[in-house]
Amino acid sequence: MKLHRVTALIFRHLYLYRRSLPRIMEIFYWPFLDLVIWGFITLYLARYQSQVPGFVTFFLGALILWDILFRAQQGITITFLEELWARNLMNLFASPLKPSEFLVATMAMSIMKVTAVSIVMVVCALVFYSYNVLMIGLWLGPFVLNLVVTGWIIGVFTTSLIMRFGQEAEVLAWSMVFLFQPISCVFYPMEVLPVWLQGIAWVNPAAHIFEGMRAVLTAGQAPLSHLAWAIGLNGVLVLGVVGWFYRTMAYCKDHGLLVRVGE
Amino acid sequence: MSAMPNPVLKVSQLTKRFGDFTAVDGVSFEIRPGEILGLLGPNGAGKTTTIQMLLGLVTPTSGTIEMFGLDLSTHREEILQQVNFSSTYISMPQALTVEENLWVVARLYGLSDMAQRIDNVVRKLEMEEFRRKVTRKLSSGQMTRLALAKAILTEPRVLFLDEPTASLDPDVAYKIRALLKDEQRSSSLSILYTSHNMREMEEMSDRIIFLQRGRLVAEGTAQAIVDRFGQTDLEEVFLKLARESTASLSS
Repeated sequence: MKLHRVTALIFRHLYLYRRSLPRIMEIFYWPFLDLVIWGFITLYLARYQSQVPGFVTFFLGALILWDILFRAQQGITITFLEELWARNLMNLFASPLKPSEFLVATMAMSIMKVTAVSIVMVVCALVFYSYNVLMIGLWLGPFVLNLVVTGWIIGVFTTSLIMRFGQEAEVLAWSMVFLFQPISCVFYPMEVLPVWLQGIAWVNPAAHIFEGMRAVLTAGQAPLSHLAWAIGLNGVLVLGVVGWFYRTMAYCKDHGLLVRVGE
Repeated sequence: MSAMPNPVLKVSQLTKRFGDFTAVDGVSFEIRPGEILGLLGPNGAGKTTTIQMLLGLVTPTSGTIEMFGLDLSTHREEILQQVNFSSTYISMPQALTVEENLWVVARLYGLSDMAQRIDNVVRKLEMEEFRRKVTRKLSSGQMTRLALAKAILTEPRVLFLDEPTASLDPDVAYKIRALLKDEQRSSSLSILYTSHNMREMEEMSDRIIFLQRGRLVAEGTAQAIVDRFGQTDLEEVFLKLARESTASLSS
């Protein structure tokens, strides 16, 4: 692993954002709109269903955390798509750049985007709804880290599919993560799912993170079991998805797809 | 009598099949230090697939590729650090300026004295007036010069050039050819060169290999190939082989 090759890729994308207002707006626009729309819905529901404790906390907290997951995934997939749109993949993969260095660079871009989005959402929630997500406490740190890793897993998986099936599969960059939303139990507890779906949700690290967050908010408990499940599942899935990425790249090189992926 | 220097690139029995279609069929050739090898062939002859395999972008079905005495399949990183390429058919990130693109390449290859090297290459390729221009605003000729700048910035030992002067006006094309010859002489740069301009191929290449339907059908100096096929010049040879390919495909 050579740091200069990772930073080269990071600089390439920072140059891109430096003078591209639409790209910068894209980072902030959707999270901001999400927060405004869901924030008002939450306020409305809270007013008429005040018997549900911590309604605002549940929804706004969940929304902010979901956006972190979504942006972490986008950080990986959009970085790959930018290379595909620029027809730059040949330049990169005919250089000494290793696939592992490419992945690390996309993860670094993902962290930058998540940081920017998080700041905007936390500040907006505070200003518009007097809601401070930091009230979740110290547990927020491990939750967020695990969510980012889950976002990377979905991001690398999606990127592999786009590499394999070409530009026509690029819609997956925006849609794939929503396949995971129902089984991530973002806005409701896992117990509301049908039993068979609970089994699937159980192997989704994001479901444990949102369950854990609810446990902190409702009971003030330290959700160690959920956190342990999330860390364990993330560890296994990261290894699996990176192996899948390498396998897909080998398949694409064998079938001449890597040089045609942008066509 | 001095011994023949070891080849910088040695390709042995290189074959690539995509399903039933054989794009490259048992091709073997070498490039010696400081040599320019012309790669000729009609469309579909396997030139691009060969170059893509040499760059590690396509995995060969069989055969070996050695550069600097190392096997590409096991020493990809060390080899590609010393190799670069340019093609009319590739692009550079359009939203970055010329200079930003060169900085990214310099970082990617971990070059020392990056600023000085970028200045040098910008001067050599007469890119001063558009070095701060966004790449999407470049003319096709300027874009070709940027692609070449990217290729020579890293001071490679082997350069793959796929129609490097295709979209240049004759004056700039002449300067580029002179520059490449100069690089070849001053740094023993070895070049694999493709072009559909036969005059350019004769002028640039020390030797030429000719591919037809994935197979190597001729190898030697331009004159030797012309003599072997009993034609008057390289263009005649090209037309003869291209028409044979077309006729064979039709039948």
